Amino acid sequence: MKHLMSGNEAIARGAWEAGVKFASGYPGTPSTEILENLAKYSDVDAQWSANEKVAFEEGMGAAIGGLRVLVAMKMVGLNVAADPFMVFPYAGTNGGFVVISADDPGMHSSQNEQDNRYLALMAKVPVIEPSDAQECKDFVRFGMELSERFNVPVMMRTTTRLAHHKSLVELAERTEVAQRDFTPDAKRFSVPIYRTLLRPKVEKRLADLRDYAETVPLNRVEWRSGRPGVEPAPGSIGFVTSGIAYQYVREVMPDASVFRLGMTHPLPAQKLFGYCGAHETIYVVEEGEAFIEDHLAALGIKNVAGKAIFGVIGEYSPDRIAQAIGIGFAAPIELGKDLPLLPRPPMFCIGCGHRTVFDTLRQLKVTVAGDIGCYTMGALPPYEAEHTTFCMGASIGTAFGLERAGHDRTVAVIGDSTFVHAGIPSLIDAVYNGSSITLIILDNSTTGMTGQQPHPSAGATLKGRPAPKLDLEAMVRAAGVRQVQIVDTWQRKEVVRVIRSAMAASRQGPAVVIARGPCMRLPEMKLLERGVTPFVVDEALCTKCDACFKVWCPAITRTAQGFPVIDGLECMACTVCAQVCPTDAITPMQRMNNG
Amino acid sequence: MDTTNLIFAGVGGQGVLLIAEITALTAARVGLDVKQTEVHGVSQRGGSVESHVRFGATVYSPLVLVGQADVVIGLEKLEGLRYANYLRSSPPSHPATTLHSAQDATAGVLLVNNYEIIPASVVNAIEKYPYHAIEYLRTKGVRVIDVPASQLARDLGDGRMANMILLGALTPLIDLPESAWAETLNEKLPKKYQDANLRAFEVGKEWLIANRRSPIADAGR
Repeated sequence: MKHLMSGNEAIARGAWEAGVKFASGYPGTPSTEILENLAKYSDVDAQWSANEKVAFEEGMGAAIGGLRVLVAMKMVGLNVAADPFMVFPYAGTNGGFVVISADDPGMHSSQNEQDNRYLALMAKVPVIEPSDAQECKDFVRFGMELSERFNVPVMMRTTTRLAHHKSLVELAERTEVAQRDFTPDAKRFSVPIYRTLLRPKVEKRLADLRDYAETVPLNRVEWRSGRPGVEPAPGSIGFVTSGIAYQYVREVMPDASVFRLGMTHPLPAQKLFGYCGAHETIYVVEEGEAFIEDHLAALGIKNVAGKAIFGVIGEYSPDRIAQAIGIGFAAPIELGKDLPLLPRPPMFCIGCGHRTVFDTLRQLKVTVAGDIGCYTMGALPPYEAEHTTFCMGASIGTAFGLERAGHDRTVAVIGDSTFVHAGIPSLIDAVYNGSSITLIILDNSTTGMTGQQPHPSAGATLKGRPAPKLDLEAMVRAAGVRQVQIVDTWQRKEVVRVIRSAMAASRQGPAVVIARGPCMRLPEMKLLERGVTPFVVDEALCTKCDACFKVWCPAITRTAQGFPVIDGLECMACTVCAQVCPTDAITPMQRMNNG
Repeated sequence: MDTTNLIFAGVGGQGVLLIAEITALTAARVGLDVKQTEVHGVSQRGGSVESHVRFGATVYSPLVLVGQADVVIGLEKLEGLRYANYLRSSPPSHPATTLHSAQDATAGVLLVNNYEIIPASVVNAIEKYPYHAIEYLRTKGVRVIDVPASQLARDLGDGRMANMILLGALTPLIDLPESAWAETLNEKLPKKYQDANLRAFEVGKEWLIANRRSPIADAGR
């Protein structure tokens, strides 16, 4: 029987079946569920690492030590791990090593739209691209075998739609793979010393991989028209495609000729010559950049249409392919433009205490250098109190630079997980180079945005085992920060007082506020766990001043009479609306005697 | 068989993905090819959530094409409206050669919970909510079945079961056997809430059977 699995679940299953013994990563959409699912297999040592560079290096060590290893991260995560990623191929691996690069065309949950096949091109390693969940599973095993055959780290590139779609998968059993022997060998693994010896090996391996690409079974020609070595029939078209885009091509052109590339680096030049020459027009359909298309151009293949008609920005869809090649489908219903289709953007969760920090920053009219996490929403109404956001850990360095440029009322905000990931060296530097920034660490005791993954200061591992808890206050003090204050994010007035005082104190050197308010999605924050009840509005006391609406809590709406009303099933009893009410009209619901 | 195309839409926390998954699993159970897709990551924070489900003999794309949906299931009024343009306005020939009006008996149906979740931007009078969405869509010839799903669920004791009401109401509109639904529900629903949810599923199905007029749906009531 086949199983309905997401691409990410299937990757985890594939790693398990392929005998992977160690797996690491850092959460990031659309890659997170790979490790979350791998953690369910008791015979795989799966873990969240402090960041992607650490995860990659731990995986690299485990692979040269002889194990099969899977490392998973979103595409910008591989930027963080780019240093080892570029150097590892010089040594080559021992046990099979596959890194999942989960790209995000359409930027569903990412700051940019980079196509990581170019990183693999630079690192001179192979790229495999599955097209459905079955292949997500099967390609991991193939990647391990490829990795061991050529001693090369392998990139498996997925995209958001592939990672998060579900389709049917035939399962197999796990193959236990014997650990390979490891002999300490500086001539192989001490790259900076023996680089000139190792460098030619990279080129030799790439040449071997080019030959191999001509026969690799992942590259599949589905002939429907045209034949190699025959003059192309007038008007005949063929598609060269990879990844989920293959499914879109088949959806709109079920009877077309298709060259499905399962390995997109290095490409099979001879096969592509033969295929493209057998059709009058070739459409290259690939999500991301013109990676395959440019390669065809470099080979001198000219009958190609790609990014010029399909576009380079955003996610592909069958609609987009059909429109670009002029296939007619049913006209959609004309709905006109006279109805407000207002957006419903994500917002701070009901009860999230970190609202008060952004409310304070808005009132203080300071410049805020933000970071990556839920709190990017601080840039949206009603706060509009986050003015720069770039990448993991950038808040502290950016605030430092803004201050150097004379903008001295600048505050950096960073989450606890992000601080551990990439903020610590920046804070050390801010102290070292005599900055006077104020840093607010929004400590929600988890990695919130990606779905509550534990991290080093949250006290647990991916497998749910207790772990030593990194003490953020001690960490900050050890960096040399003298002025550290801790505040409960749900105490609105305290948050205002502490942030003001930290900003004043920062004239004598960096000041840090640790704003503590655990994520409301953590199981221990449920009302019953905390022994609290939802809040209710007493209309007799309410003056309809609207102060509570300005909390922007999704649980508070307006009755027909204009009174606020709190959804008793949604309220998390954070108390913030009660704190802003000038007439004490908002109070905890009385417990019923009958429970 | 022709591919059945469904879009489930709602607000994060309403249980959109659960009923989409139950539908996909039910189709898989009877041996059909199935693809499902959803966008998540930040959607759990009260934002829009959508999931496409497609099943048939062979399914390639997990995404439904615009103008090809058989049913759009909206757990909330605005979110149902948001995907109404995906509804099929002509028979499911592939590719379509003739265009039919939306009043055609084979046109797609918007099955929507007559329920509003008002965004904070509306509460604070920054944006306007499309309160009259259902009436508007009917004037455009869209076949709408508005189900009082949240009310029916509250009558059963918990408004959060509106998703199961709507799933029940969907079953007479698509071609999957009753026994397969029962097996999936039995497997997928948490034991603690199973009886209440199964009841909601039945109430939804009964409501649709009692309230529809044409074989597929009730257009322009």
